This record gives sequence, C-alpha cells and structure tokens, in this order.
Amino acid sequence: MKKIEAIIKPFKLDDVKEALNGIGIKGMTISEVKGYGRQKGHTEIYRGAEYVIDFQPKLKIEIIVQADQVDTVVDTLVESAKTGKIGDGKIFVLPVESVVRVRTGEKDKEAI
Amino acid sequence: MVSAADTAFILAAAGLVLLMTPGLALFYAGMVRSKNVLGTIMQSLIMISIISIEWVYIGYSMSFGPDIGGIIGDLSWFALKGVTYEPSSEYATTIPQTVFMIYQCMFAIITPALITGAFAERIRFAPFVVFSVVWAILVYNPVCHWIWGSGGWLGSMGVLDFAGGLVVHVTCGAAALAAVLVIGPRKGFGRENFLPHSLPMTMIGTGLLWFGWFGFNGGSALAADNVAATAFVATHLAGMSGMAMWTIMEWLKIGKPTTLGAASGAIAGLATITPAAGFVGPNSAIMIGLIAGVICYLAVNAKSRLGYDDSLDVVGIHGIGGAMGTLLLGVFASKAVNPNGVDGLLAGSASQLGSQAIGLLVVTVYAFVVSWIILKVIHLTMGLRLTEENEIRGLDFTEHSEAAYS
Repeated sequence: MKKIEAIIKPFKLDDVKEALNGIGIKGMTISEVKGYGRQKGHTEIYRGAEYVIDFQPKLKIEIIVQADQVDTVVDTLVESAKTGKIGDGKIFVLPVESVVRVRTGEKDKEAI
Repeated sequence: MVSAADTAFILAAAGLVLLMTPGLALFYAGMVRSKNVLGTIMQSLIMISIISIEWVYIGYSMSFGPDIGGIIGDLSWFALKGVTYEPSSEYATTIPQTVFMIYQCMFAIITPALITGAFAERIRFAPFVVFSVVWAILVYNPVCHWIWGSGGWLGSMGVLDFAGGLVVHVTCGAAALAAVLVIGPRKGFGRENFLPHSLPMTMIGTGLLWFGWFGFNGGSALAADNVAATAFVATHLAGMSGMAMWTIMEWLKIGKPTTLGAASGAIAGLATITPAAGFVGPNSAIMIGLIAGVICYLAVNAKSRLGYDDSLDVVGIHGIGGAMGTLLLGVFASKAVNPNGVDGLLAGSASQLGSQAIGLLVVTVYAFVVSWIILKVIHLTMGLRLTEENEIRGLDFTEHSEAAYS
C-alpha cells in the first residue's frame, strides 16, 4: 500500500476530485496548507508599504491506494491539477505499513 | 434666547461626534494584527470615560472659562459651576451652555484617541492613560482656549479654525510625531509583515467616522443655519474627492486601487476640510479634497521610505491634513459663502493666509514640544513600552487578559 500526498493549487480541487472519482478512488483527506517553492511568495501593498507574503495557500490531498494503482492515480493527479504555470505543486509517494478501519477493525486492503 | 432648532441640532451633532470615537476604534483596530485588536479599541474607547471626567471638572473651564491673558481659561467653572441651561453670553448664544459644553466634550475625547494610531501595538495601558490625561490638560485645553476660547490669543489675532483643523488634527498629528520619536518602532519593524488583520472592520470605522463628521463640522456652526449647511456640504464633498484622488494616485503608482487607500483618502479629505468647512463653497471643498488626496498620499508614502513607524499614519493623514486645511482656508475662504467669515487668496486677500500660517506654526511647535516632554518624562519614569515578550504576545492578552478571536 502507498500513500500519495499531492500539494495542489486550491482552485484545482474540484477538477482533481472529479478525475479521481472517475478512476475509482473512493476517499481522500484534504487540508489547507501554506508553503513556497520556486513560485516564491507574492507582494501585498498597504498604504504604500510593500509586504512580501512568502507562503502561498495550497491544498494537500492524501490518498491511500494499492501499490498497483499508484501510477494511474499519479497520472490522473498530474493531468487534473496541471495548469502549466509555476506553482502547480508536487506529488509524493510513501510506503504505508498498515491500514485499519475504525468502525469494523478491518485491515489493509479491505480497509482502504 | 434659546432656539429650539439650534438646541436640537447641536444635541444631535454631539451624539454624532461621540460616535466617531468608537468608529475610530474600529478604523484603527482593523489595521492592527489580530493579537492587538482589543488593546487598540480600548485605547480609543476609554477616552470616552477619562476625558469626559477631565472635561467636566477642569477641561471645559480651562478651554472656555474666563480668560487669563489670552493663554488659558481660569478654573472658576470647576465641575461645571455656573454652567447651566442659560446660554453663554460668548459662545453659541442660542443654545443652553450645557449643550455647548457637552458638544465640545466630544471633540476633547476624540483628539487624544486619534494619537493612539501612532504608537499602536506596543504601549502599556497604565502609562498610556496617564499620558492621555496629562496631554489633554497641557496641550488640548490650552490650544483649544487660544483658538476657540473667548479672549484666546490666536483667535484674537484672527486665526480661524472652523471645526478643529488646528485644535484637533494638528495637535494630535504633532503629538503623534513626538510619540513615534520617543517610543520607537515596533519589534520587527521593516522585517516582519504588519498586515492589517481585518480591512472590513476598518471600512465600518470609516463609515462611522464619515457619518459622525457631519456632526463634527456641521455642528461647529453652533446653530442650525446657513453656515451649518455650507459646512455639511463641504465636508461631504471633500471626503468624496479625497477618496477619489487617493484611489487614483494608488492606481497610477502601484497598479491597483485598494480599499484601504479609498478609506484613507476619505479620512484625509475629511480631516483637511475640517478647519475650512464653514468658510468655503462646494467647488473649493472639492479642490481641497483633491489636494488632500495627493498630499496625504505622498506624506504616507514618504513615511514608509523614511522608516518612521507611525503605525496607522496619524501624522500623514491627520497632521498633514489638518495643517494643509488650515492653510487652504486662507486660499479658498470667501465672504460670498459665509459673510461672517473671511476672504482668502482667491478672493483677493492674502492677509488671512498669513494669520493661518502663524497659527499653524505656533500650534505645531507647541503641541510637538509639550507632547515630547510629557512622553519623555512618562517613558523615563513609568516606561511606556511593553516588554519584548509581551509585545510579541500582543496587547489583548498581556494588557487586558482577553482575546478578540478565539
């Protein structure tokens, strides 16, 4: 099992969710995060004083999948989250040791 | 003879001016960080209490009581002794003197509240209260007497100030400059981002200030008459043209019109028309607002470049606005508009501009020097600043044990 973490532009969430639904991904966790990479921050101006805001708002999506689904999911994420402009985000794939469904106690494949 | 219409109008105007202080509290509080919201509000709000007390016991008598040598009123009206519903023979002769007294009280309240924008986010509450009371006694009351008090020396020289360009805005602007120099910048000034935490709050404050300003300037006619109408119209037109001009300046220089810029321009226009409101016609008021929009915008931008932490721009907007309006009165005033007023430069008389310049110089120097001394003494004895740790935690918790947002 793998965990896929994707940092995306917030306005792409609906596109990404629909695309993932379309390939049978049934659940995900999202959180609002802030960060910066090559995109750097932006400038806000208040009464002539310029402030550089380093951290850009982003969304983090977390999905747990079977190892054989990883490529499909990553491709779908790239396709649906892409705008082609700087700041589109990153995808990380991590190993997951086990998964337990709290309600039933089911484990791993059944719990995803 | 008491006029019912004048009395009703000035009572309503007094209520409008009072509303400006909580309005100012919101105007300022929106521009500070979320940890300093209540502390900032409190610095304005508490003036309603402490200055009203000061005013009733000594402030009114010092400002408007029987004159001593043109310098100050004596204390024979201590605790409003002899101040009754009988009209005064010298001020606002058609309304009960109690009404005049409470109307003037509202001006005394908002003036020290205006200063608080200069030292926002870094001052301890106790020394701040001491400063405000001492300042009201040593700066506001004397200057108020010089200009508006019967026998006051600047007023006798012909210096005009319709609704407080000198008495309110220049005194608070000069005190703000002294405060910035004595107290120094906030921790992290120039490195950290001091972003306004809620501009919608600032917009509510702007609306309340503008609304109250009709009482501030309109009511300064002290009667429900032609002059009040002139002042009311001039006030609105200067506010709107100040807003338009600041927004245009910003749009041209930084590429975007901002809401904070629109609000700042409105307040700049309103502050600038204040000394002139009852003496100028509508077209002159629009010109004054446009000039305010340009000059105050440039002043606020210059502050950023010079590195002074006048945090909420008291000097750039109120000080410069009040000063400019005081001088522009000498340019745009016209007897055709107000027969009891004066003719300015454009009406062919240069002498008023000279009087205005002298008044401005005297009030600026006096208010700056005395404010600086008061602040320095309090700073050396009580200590004005929060500790570094408390400044980082914020006023709301360290000074008031509260949180604006939880």
